[in-house]
Amino acid sequence: MPDSVMQNSFHLDAVPIRLERCGKTFAGGARALEPLDLTIRGGETIVFLGPSGCGKTTTLRIIAGLESPDAGGRVLFGEEDVTALPIERRNVGMVFQSYALFPNMTVTENVAYGLKVRKIARADRARRVEEMLDLMHLGEFAGRRIDQLSGGQRQRVALARALVVRPRVLLLDEPLTALDAKLRDSLRLEIDRLLRGLGITAVYVTHDQGEAMALGDRIVVMAKGRVAQVGTPREIYYQPADGFVADFIGTMNRLGGVSRGGTLSIGSATLPWTGPDGRVELLVRPEDLALAGEADGHLDGTVAAAVFLGDRTRLVVEPADGPALTVDAAGRSELGRGDRVWLRVDPARLLAVP
Amino acid sequence: MLVGLLVLLPVLRLLWEAGDATVLGRVLDSPATWRATTNSIAIAAGATLAAALIGGPFALLIGLTNPRARTAMSFALILPLMIPPQIVAIAWTHLAGSGSPILKPLGLAPPVGTANPVQSAAGMVLVMGIEHAPLVFLALRTALRAIPGDMLEAARASGAGPWRALRGVVLPLCLPGLVAGLAMAFVAALGNFGVPALLGVPAGIPMLPTLIYRRLAGFGPSALPEVAVLAALIGLVACLGIALQTILQARIASRLPGGARPLAPVPLGTARAPVELLAWGVLALLVAAPLTALLATSLVSVYGLPIGFGTLTLAHYREVLALDQVGRAFANSLLLSGSAAALLALLAVPLAHAMALAGGGGRIARAVGVLVELPHAVPGVVLGIGCILLFLKPLPGLGVSLYGTLWIILAAYLVRFLPLALRPVQAACAALDPTVEEAARALGAGPLRRLVTVVAPLVAPAAAAGGLLVFLTAFNELTVSILLWSQGHETLGVVVYALEEGGSPTLGAALGVIAILVVLTAMLAAGVLGRRLPPGVVPWRN
Ligand SMILES: Nc1ncnc2c1ncn2[C@@H]1O[C@H](COP(=O)(O)OP(=O)(O)O)[C@@H](O)[C@H]1O
Ligand SMILES: [Mg+2]
Repeated sequence: MPDSVMQNSFHLDAVPIRLERCGKTFAGGARALEPLDLTIRGGETIVFLGPSGCGKTTTLRIIAGLESPDAGGRVLFGEEDVTALPIERRNVGMVFQSYALFPNMTVTENVAYGLKVRKIARADRARRVEEMLDLMHLGEFAGRRIDQLSGGQRQRVALARALVVRPRVLLLDEPLTALDAKLRDSLRLEIDRLLRGLGITAVYVTHDQGEAMALGDRIVVMAKGRVAQVGTPREIYYQPADGFVADFIGTMNRLGGVSRGGTLSIGSATLPWTGPDGRVELLVRPEDLALAGEADGHLDGTVAAAVFLGDRTRLVVEPADGPALTVDAAGRSELGRGDRVWLRVDPARLLAVP
Repeated sequence: MLVGLLVLLPVLRLLWEAGDATVLGRVLDSPATWRATTNSIAIAAGATLAAALIGGPFALLIGLTNPRARTAMSFALILPLMIPPQIVAIAWTHLAGSGSPILKPLGLAPPVGTANPVQSAAGMVLVMGIEHAPLVFLALRTALRAIPGDMLEAARASGAGPWRALRGVVLPLCLPGLVAGLAMAFVAALGNFGVPALLGVPAGIPMLPTLIYRRLAGFGPSALPEVAVLAALIGLVACLGIALQTILQARIASRLPGGARPLAPVPLGTARAPVELLAWGVLALLVAAPLTALLATSLVSVYGLPIGFGTLTLAHYREVLALDQVGRAFANSLLLSGSAAALLALLAVPLAHAMALAGGGGRIARAVGVLVELPHAVPGVVLGIGCILLFLKPLPGLGVSLYGTLWIILAAYLVRFLPLALRPVQAACAALDPTVEEAARALGAGPLRRLVTVVAPLVAPAAAAGGLLVFLTAFNELTVSILLWSQGHETLGVVVYALEEGGSPTLGAALGVIAILVVLTAMLAAGVLGRRLPPGVVPWRN
């Protein structure tokens, strides 16, 4: 999309958002969200990531004003306490998994809806709608009915409709989940460029860690109504706060070892190690395990499965004892089921599970 | 909430009136009261059984298997519900009478001078059974639709044959639907006026609605206290029926996951052709034959002559349409049913939407739900008497009485047909994606704007279908109208009844045929609309 348009006439205010002790208990006593404190910086894209039912949507709806937090919770947009404001008066943009477009209106009418509500004069309205449709590459579909659009086009209309009113914050609830894989990738790139270009504060909910990594300035990993970790994609990936985060993001191997007097024994190998004595459980990413020769390997095992992925071959190795390990070999590797392999561990990359 | 109270008012007013101890004692002491009550209960129970025996098999056939032309079959079965009871009763009298245009040529008609066989208790059971079979059919088929298809497949995967799986898994799950249908059929039979009036009165079998009518016609408003007790008695029996339904349903209730894929039809295989033949044969006998008799009676020059080229005439149509009261009744019925349909369709949208928003969970929402369904549980007679009592005295503040005007009929229609208009819109509101409205909220739209710009356009077809159903039912309404009409304010249903009662069978038949044609036209219009609606809104579409 033309960067000039975005930078000149379409840069939005970057409002910070603060959640203070925002919990949610639904009628019937189900606790969907434990009280949560979180500050979202102005202009930041924050991603809520977690398995289905962990409370992401609930959090988003509290920010939007579609749910109110339990007593004691507060939502602040900048310095303004919006806790008591209904969504109609919060000036937020929302994008839903189901698009939620008005099926009885054309593309133009959908995008113009929020401007009409705001009683923007007709000429001004038409100009802003047109500008927005151009920005989203929707100009040629202006007169179409919603059922004449593809899924990707629909979600772009939904984005245009949410953004044209210049909201204080853009809230997106699994906007790509209903799309097929190819479209998902291209629209994800488009959303990424849009969010950076507009400089708007954005909250993005997804269960897809790839999307979260690609879009988030920071990621909030959630589990069972709790925040498991808040951090940049790198922090989440390389320093997971606990076993849940480690397992949920990417692939993680678990190794059992024994620490004694400054050394760690794993299998037949002994590595330098600092930590209290006793059994420890260790985490290591597949890319931090390397295939080695019999001489310099730390662990040995048998290949149980080999999956050719093109650029690499993913091996599942079963050591003599302990759980199976995942490790990547070169794409052209000839290793296969039943082969004996040796693995090297870099002690600096081992994470002890807290 | 307000609308719910509106429904409750006539009923409360009636109970208030019936609470007078001296009148209560006098009415309850009278043997006529008890004869009518036992007749009413026995015949309504019999009619319910008949409705189950007709409606049940058709629901299973259409809901579970794959006969051809299922929509046409449903349409034919539902037709008697849409045709007013007095016309169905008249049609059966012509079919089974000594002058029968169908049986006489076959030599099967009863000899002249003997009683008409349908003018009997058994006749009433049969005719009301046919009339209300669609209620059982619709309730049971709706229940079948809600059963997840996986359930049957799971039963079959574990080795049960298709029929065994049906018996073991599906039938128990649809029992609550069956019970609901039976309760509706029972209440409808209890409150029916047309059939007892045309088939019971000539045979000397009094029932509660006819007893009420005769008292009221004989003594005017002075009979009201007495009549109120009788109406309350009907209401009481209806309540017992509903209570029985509630108890039964609590026993057999089962929770089903929503939104599942419906059952795939079980193929009939080689039995398909014979089963279809049987089904259409039954429909021909129960639905087509009496209507044909009605048509023939309206076309034959002199009542009782066999129909043929020499005796065929349209004279009765010309004559009946020229009658003063017929023209008036057409205008009145059009006005009443048209305005009831329009008002209710408009009212149904905000009401159904508010109920959907409140959700099924809240106690208030549930109470409103019960209230708006109340008119279905309250027999029409009870509602009619309640309305008379409510509107007899001048309206507070206005100083005019609605009694003796068209408006009292309109008020009663509005209350009586509210559920009919509401149900399709409720279904449509439930099918709306809630995020669409949330998106409008996020854009700053308030409740009224959302209702007008987002919700109303999306549920408009359902509201129109609901309005059409109201029009269809109200156009020929008799039970309430017969109690509330006054000179110059006849409705079509009343005039058809009066013609038949007044000894002009051919004129009555002609007017009945015209009324049916209007109904058929409206049904076809609803069917066309129905293509754009979620399933279940237009009753006979599959
Ligand atoms: N309106 C509601 N009433 C009751 N429980 C709800 C409601 N909305 C969500 N929940 C429950 O709260 C939990 C969190 O839901 P949600 O925030 O939608 O999860 P996510 O978006 O992470 O999948 C779930 O267990 C869900 O069943
Ligand atoms: Mg969610």
